[in-house]
Amino acid sequence: MNASRVSYTLESTLESVNKAEQTARDLAVRCGFPEEEADRISMAVREAAVNAVLHGNHYDQDKRMFAVFEATPDAISITIRDEGSGLIPDEVPDPLAPENLLKQSGRGIFLIRAFMDEVRFRKMDPGTEITLIKHMRGEDREIKEASK
Amino acid sequence: MTMKASTRQLDDVTIVDLSGRITLGEGSVVLRDTIRDEVAQGHKKILLNLGDVTYIDSSGIGELVSAFTSVRNQGGELKLLNLTKKVHDLLQITKLYTVFDIKDDEAAAVGSFSK
Repeated sequence: MNASRVSYTLESTLESVNKAEQTARDLAVRCGFPEEEADRISMAVREAAVNAVLHGNHYDQDKRMFAVFEATPDAISITIRDEGSGLIPDEVPDPLAPENLLKQSGRGIFLIRAFMDEVRFRKMDPGTEITLIKHMRGEDREIKEASK
Repeated sequence: MTMKASTRQLDDVTIVDLSGRITLGEGSVVLRDTIRDEVAQGHKKILLNLGDVTYIDSSGIGELVSAFTSVRNQGGELKLLNLTKKVHDLLQITKLYTVFDIKDDEAAAVGSFSK
């Protein structure tokens, strides 16, 4: 697959979250990631989009979520940006700590980190930008080539 | 596909058959309302059948945890039945596999509730 890049400006709605998730899944499958990896990538993107729309923009209809989906032969990269007041990821409590296990929320960033190879946060003015990267493993590429 | 919840009684155990996606928004609300209604009716032995749940996000996981704690706080028990591999993996990653009582046989699960 040649390099590709597509950008979206989306309203702060659950429909936008679903669109980001589905776009990521379609891209991952098109790039040759196995189904299980495509599920994990799309879930990480869903969590990032939920953070942007819910915790960042608070469903504010005047604020937007910006999503960029990029693919190269070696990896896919998804960047999600919101227009909120900014997230400090290191201040999010560890959801695996015994005192947090039964909390209702706080697992999104943990799952993003668990499912992606690289996760980068950037403080914007305003908002937060998160970039999620998943590298294509050698065996995935071989399966993709063999299926051509 | 959104989420559907239907309930049935077996002995004194309420089995909630869930299907579809438990995600932020409708899916999580359906689960929350179903558990609230069952607890309000005095049903405190609840078995959540997740066999047809195709997808669950962190909000859905939070809703499962919330259901578990709200039933327990009322002196009841909530157990999970028929996890798909996806849900099983998620509960393992989040260390919740050890929190929930998880079953894969309905009859055995119903029999496992305290008398």
